[in-house]
Amino acid sequence: MSVHSTSPQFKENAARALSDTQLQRALGNVKQGFIDKRRKAVENLPEFEALRDSARDIKNHTLRHLDLYLEAYEAKVKASGGQVHFARDAEEARAIVLSLCREANARTVTKGKSMIAEEIGINEHLEANGVTPIETDLGEYIIQLRHELPSHIIAPAVHLNASQVEQDFRRVHKDLDPNRDLSQPVQLLTEARTVLRERFLAADVGITGANFLVAETGTSVIVTNEGNGDLTQILPKTHIVLASIEKVVPTLEDVSQILRVLARSATGQEMSVYTTFSTGPRRSSDADGPENYHVVLIDNGRSAMLGTSFEEMLRCIRCGACMNHCPIYHAVGGHAYGWVYPGPMGAVLTPSLIGVDQAGHLPNASTFCGRCESVCPVRIPLPKLMRHWRDREFEHHLSPATFRSGLAFWGFFAKRPALYRLVTRAAMASLGWAGRSKGRFNWLPLAKGWTKSRDFPAPQGETFQARWKRERGNNA
Amino acid sequence: MTQDSTSKSRQEPRDLRIGLFVTCLVDLMRPSIGFAAVKLLEDAGCRVEAPSQTCCGQPAFNSGDRATTRAIAEQVIEAFRGYDYVVAPSGSCAGMIKAHYPELFDDDPNWRPKAEELAARTYELTSFLVDVLGVTKVGAAFEGEVTYHDSCSGLRELGVKSQPRTLLSSVQGLTLVEMTDSDVCCGFGGTFAVKYGDISAAIVEAKEKNIEATGAPTLLAGDLGCLMNMAGKLTRDGKPVAVRHVAEVLAGMTDEPPIGAAKPQAAT
Ligand code: SF4
Repeated sequence: MSVHSTSPQFKENAARALSDTQLQRALGNVKQGFIDKRRKAVENLPEFEALRDSARDIKNHTLRHLDLYLEAYEAKVKASGGQVHFARDAEEARAIVLSLCREANARTVTKGKSMIAEEIGINEHLEANGVTPIETDLGEYIIQLRHELPSHIIAPAVHLNASQVEQDFRRVHKDLDPNRDLSQPVQLLTEARTVLRERFLAADVGITGANFLVAETGTSVIVTNEGNGDLTQILPKTHIVLASIEKVVPTLEDVSQILRVLARSATGQEMSVYTTFSTGPRRSSDADGPENYHVVLIDNGRSAMLGTSFEEMLRCIRCGACMNHCPIYHAVGGHAYGWVYPGPMGAVLTPSLIGVDQAGHLPNASTFCGRCESVCPVRIPLPKLMRHWRDREFEHHLSPATFRSGLAFWGFFAKRPALYRLVTRAAMASLGWAGRSKGRFNWLPLAKGWTKSRDFPAPQGETFQARWKRERGNNA
Repeated sequence: MTQDSTSKSRQEPRDLRIGLFVTCLVDLMRPSIGFAAVKLLEDAGCRVEAPSQTCCGQPAFNSGDRATTRAIAEQVIEAFRGYDYVVAPSGSCAGMIKAHYPELFDDDPNWRPKAEELAARTYELTSFLVDVLGVTKVGAAFEGEVTYHDSCSGLRELGVKSQPRTLLSSVQGLTLVEMTDSDVCCGFGGTFAVKYGDISAAIVEAKEKNIEATGAPTLLAGDLGCLMNMAGKLTRDGKPVAVRHVAEVLAGMTDEPPIGAAKPQAAT
């Protein structure tokens, strides 16, 4: 674990998010845009469901033979003149990246968007050691200025509006004309472009993530819409690829299969604007490219998930569709989850990576509506995996004591039908009587969470089983 | 011989023996839904019995308490042995039996086949009527506009979407007005609604807006949990929307006051 987590304070985070009107407005946009665009893209591709199956199968196959494919990948990277470094955890990964930056005498490092970079907290580490990292994806650039975590895995600044960004730009870009007009989003974009253009040219090292690593060819693949990733990896002398081990797939053909579901699921595009393949450093015949090409392959908890019920989570291709369709995410946004990965995928992955004792709320804060699973391009059964975390919490007595005793009390009766009928018959009769004049309760003991903002409908009074017996005798 | 669609949809009595899985919420909170289900099944020619039961075990299952869930599931499997079909007026409880019981006994060679066998003959009410019995018409009448919420488990675990609409379209006088995002969760989620009450409330608030926007004075759905959540929100906010289980309307049994509404005062 690296980045500080506020996942244990999920409830407090959520409460804050719910009362943040600016955030709530921004979240409205997630609901509308992403969902409609994905739906249209899917409707236009009749074989989409079959492609989801094949994406799942490719990932499953790779995970079953992960060691072989990683070895094959490493051999190909070496053959093309690059180097592969294995990092067991975040700390090792940070140390490797820092030493590579030092080898390159780097003062500034440009960065493409990478969730694993967030996960290992590379920016803070570089900064603390005198190397300045500069995010070049617009959203990442903005949240870097604000010292925030991304609130969405493909739209990191989705929680912000343009006027907040304007304020940040005015605060940070001090050498620009203070009277400039930044009222239009395109002006913000142009300003970011201009500022970043100089950074691209000055950078000594470029760090990118990878959407895929191809075992067959030793290629890393990034998928972007702004073109910043290409400038990040081509202009500096040294290119460092950060990737977690499950990013490897066997062949280029596999990549092209999965690409067909990735952008459609993420943004509703058929393909993202740039899909860039890089294999090794610049060859003498190449027009451009880095002199040094390094890949840091990071485990950081993944191999421990192999062979467990959470292995399926390693299929994730980070498209963001699960959070785009999640009612909880829509209500509280990404920061409430308290660590790098929000939404349903975060609710499963975060406990694996930072411990369920830290992130126990996340798999519990779900209605199991199943919409995430229904859109996941690699068919990860997210609700089932969240439930597996609840199983573990229950086993290890991590769920709250009052909740456990309530459950045990209910379970005692639910396992004894005759007693249950007797008790519920009496209870419902009195509850029905108490609620008879209004038909509902606006307060009930032990259900404050419900009755704070909703009434609780009163029972009709007689139970079904009592009335059935009265009207029909036994079963007739 | 030519058959028009009316005669095709008419059911011959099949004398199927149905075990009604009442569901704990209907049993305790709103038995009239159970009786509406019985009427619909009997009208279609089935014989209905309601063996002794408590709950499907979902609250324990979703809380990670597998031991209690299994004990309850074994009880359900035993109680519903021998029925031709098991029918529940709930997509959530039918989904628990159909989709999750087999998974629950995954590593148990003794119980797994029994769980699968029960799963194979368990259905949500409207899907049983339409998909198994081929019912497309009910004899009920209901004057006015209604809107319909698709509860999550029924929709995504069992594919219940067209069946209630098919049946509702045969109700005399009834017009279905679809709400925006009818397939989006209402925020109930069982114990979630209490444990994460604020988030749940925010979700049901969005649902409430979509319900209101239809202008329909009646809201229907196929799961009492969701219905209680939505009704609780609507009554708290003083919205004049009557909330009912779809079975009540399909069976023509709408004498009981809507969910969360007071009984009309007796005349004497
Ligand atoms: S879990 Fe599935 S839907 Fe969510 S980000 Fe990963 S691949 Fe996309």
